Amino acid sequence: MEDNSNNSRRKFLDKGLKLGLVAAIGGIGLSKLTSKLSAKPSISSEDTVELMTTDGTIIQVDAAEVVEMQHSKDEDVKYNVREGMPNRKFVMVVDLAKCKNALKCQSACNKSHYITGDNAWLKVYKMQESKDTAPYWMPTTCQHCDQPACVTVCPVDATFKRKDGLVLIDNDRCIGCRFCMAACPYSARVFNWDEPDQGEITLNLDMINHAPTPEHAGMPSVKGTVDKCDFCPHMVDEGELPHCVTACPNGVFYFGDKYEDTVTNGDETLRLGKLLEDRAGYRLMEGLGTEPSVFYLPPSNRSNTFEEGLEQYTEFQSVEKPGES
Amino acid sequence: MKNYDTLIKDLAPRKFTKKGVIWTSFLVIVIIIGAIAYIDQVRQGQIVTNMRDYALWGIYISNFVFFVATSFVGSVIVSFLRLTKNEWRTPLVRIAEIITLASITMAGITIMLDMARPDRLLNLFIHARLQSPITWDVIIIPTFLVISFLLLYFPLLPDLAILKDYFKKSKPGLSKMYGKLSLNWTGTEKQKALQTKSIKIIAILLIPVGLVLQTVDAWLFSTTYRIGWDSTNMGGYFISGAIVAGVGALITVAYVIRRVYKLEKYITEFHFDKLGKLLALACLIYLYFNMNEYLIPSYTPSKGEAIHLNTLFTGSYASLFWLVTVVGLIVPAIAMFFKNGRKPYPMFIIGLIVVIGSWWKRFIIITPTLLHPFLPIEGVPESWRHYFPSLHEWLITIATLAMALLIITLLVRYLPVIPIQRTAEELNLNNNDLNEASS
Repeated sequence: MEDNSNNSRRKFLDKGLKLGLVAAIGGIGLSKLTSKLSAKPSISSEDTVELMTTDGTIIQVDAAEVVEMQHSKDEDVKYNVREGMPNRKFVMVVDLAKCKNALKCQSACNKSHYITGDNAWLKVYKMQESKDTAPYWMPTTCQHCDQPACVTVCPVDATFKRKDGLVLIDNDRCIGCRFCMAACPYSARVFNWDEPDQGEITLNLDMINHAPTPEHAGMPSVKGTVDKCDFCPHMVDEGELPHCVTACPNGVFYFGDKYEDTVTNGDETLRLGKLLEDRAGYRLMEGLGTEPSVFYLPPSNRSNTFEEGLEQYTEFQSVEKPGES
Repeated sequence: MKNYDTLIKDLAPRKFTKKGVIWTSFLVIVIIIGAIAYIDQVRQGQIVTNMRDYALWGIYISNFVFFVATSFVGSVIVSFLRLTKNEWRTPLVRIAEIITLASITMAGITIMLDMARPDRLLNLFIHARLQSPITWDVIIIPTFLVISFLLLYFPLLPDLAILKDYFKKSKPGLSKMYGKLSLNWTGTEKQKALQTKSIKIIAILLIPVGLVLQTVDAWLFSTTYRIGWDSTNMGGYFISGAIVAGVGALITVAYVIRRVYKLEKYITEFHFDKLGKLLALACLIYLYFNMNEYLIPSYTPSKGEAIHLNTLFTGSYASLFWLVTVVGLIVPAIAMFFKNGRKPYPMFIIGLIVVIGSWWKRFIIITPTLLHPFLPIEGVPESWRHYFPSLHEWLITIATLAMALLIITLLVRYLPVIPIQRTAEELNLNNNDLNEASS
């Protein structure tokens, strides 16, 4: 008896399952059918349009299927500062073969971000891995890691990672514990140990009513909080390139969008993937697993000599003080 | 009968002597100076410290780690010795509990001194993120604080009732205070059962919570990529170091209290002998973790690690490193192998050396690592490549140490430093007497 009832229940379950499956498939089929029926009578104009996909291949599409995309004006200017610009993924490529330590990037960055401390956001390191290897100049910004160690350790979510790749700091929330600075393997972060004396600049730029946001672009810096390179979202928002990119006389910095697979230094626009492949691009301390957004091209076939850069090299200074020239 | 009276007389809190008043006023003055320095730091910003973008943490953090470490003495003396049925702990438990409470209180305060924006303290709760080791600290430190307070308080109840009666005539005000604090303790069976059970739970709870506290402290460092911190050894390394610092502090404080209160009858040479063996064991365990931390990595160092270890072994931090390792750890351990080394006075000296060594040990753990980042230190003033605390940092840090000592001094002043009732029970003094006295 018991066996029997068990059996019948199993049968029932089995049937039910099958029935459900059939119903589901049928439903999908039906909906497909209706969608086909309700679709515009295909004009099948036999007109085709050639289009390029994001990865650069040319495809042919029926002209009737080409629909103009709605461009939301609103979305372009307004986005959540903690979420980032929709559908973007910012990357930078630094061509070490071109860097002559001209330091125009640094001074432009310092000026545009009103850096008044002793430690610049952008550094050009004099690098030499060992005595037997060649020296070279290496500009570093914040690496805007996809696995940012600084964000992991922040106790208050003051520093955060955006979908567009940027790592930013909300200096209205930062408690000044400096754990993020301890966590960053690239020494990218700087601290406002005292009152950042941006007073005069504030007045000049009519920034009195400037509401601080994580995209504050160094303005105003806040005493007792952390600052760092922000990848210049305020410039990108205006359709411009970051200050370091435009300031560099040697075209060292390329900035772009990984989704568009393009980077530009202002003079030339290149395919990111191809550039990295052709020039053996790499990232700093890849072994740590931080997944930086900044790529480096090795200093091979240099047009300049390393020694040229030594003239500008200042071991103990990265921010020019007012009054000095 | 007489014995019992002398016992209470011996162990009841006593008024400060002249020396006591001078000592307490000295501590208060040091604290006031430190408070002024701190107010100035808040006003001017941490520019008054010698911390900068590379040496981004300094003695505030190493001092914090030191306080957390010494707070472990409660777990060791009260809980470990309880579980292992080491009855000799009785005259030492209260001192250990007092040190624990003072240390963890100061640890909580010290970590806030390092915050550059203390005005945003509430952000730690409002915007708390569980993945940050600092949040773990925000959770574990108050937890440990509450537990260590209860651990001091619950066993005190019968003693407070005894003191209430003892001071009834001589100091009615004080007696009333003890009476209130004793929560109407009368020593009934029901109360005793409840108290025993509560103490047992708290004493056992103090082990996991203490271990978590020490380990979280270690994780503050080992969750970073930094050379010298990024080590799986850190948890055990910190726990064993905490036993050394805590027991060292206990020996030092116990010796001073014993001398000032003339408690030679209660804290005997036997107790110092036992504490000496315990500290020697702790030093050896700590030495083992030190070998794991410094010696073994030197066989296969990465380039950065080699630079770091060289700075410690032969470079700019070598003298301090060897001082804390040899004088602060190896020599004390060897001295305590000998019976004469475990006599009270030598133990006091050893305890003092170990505590001072433990303080500087934390400095050695924190500072050199920060000065060896992965990328070279360039483009900043030359002074940023070194770190030695500024006057502000010293004044504030010394004030925190003074505050810990003040808490200990005041608790010792107003509480019986040796549990009266428990000692009476162990000495088999008339229990009825006791109940009479406390009823």
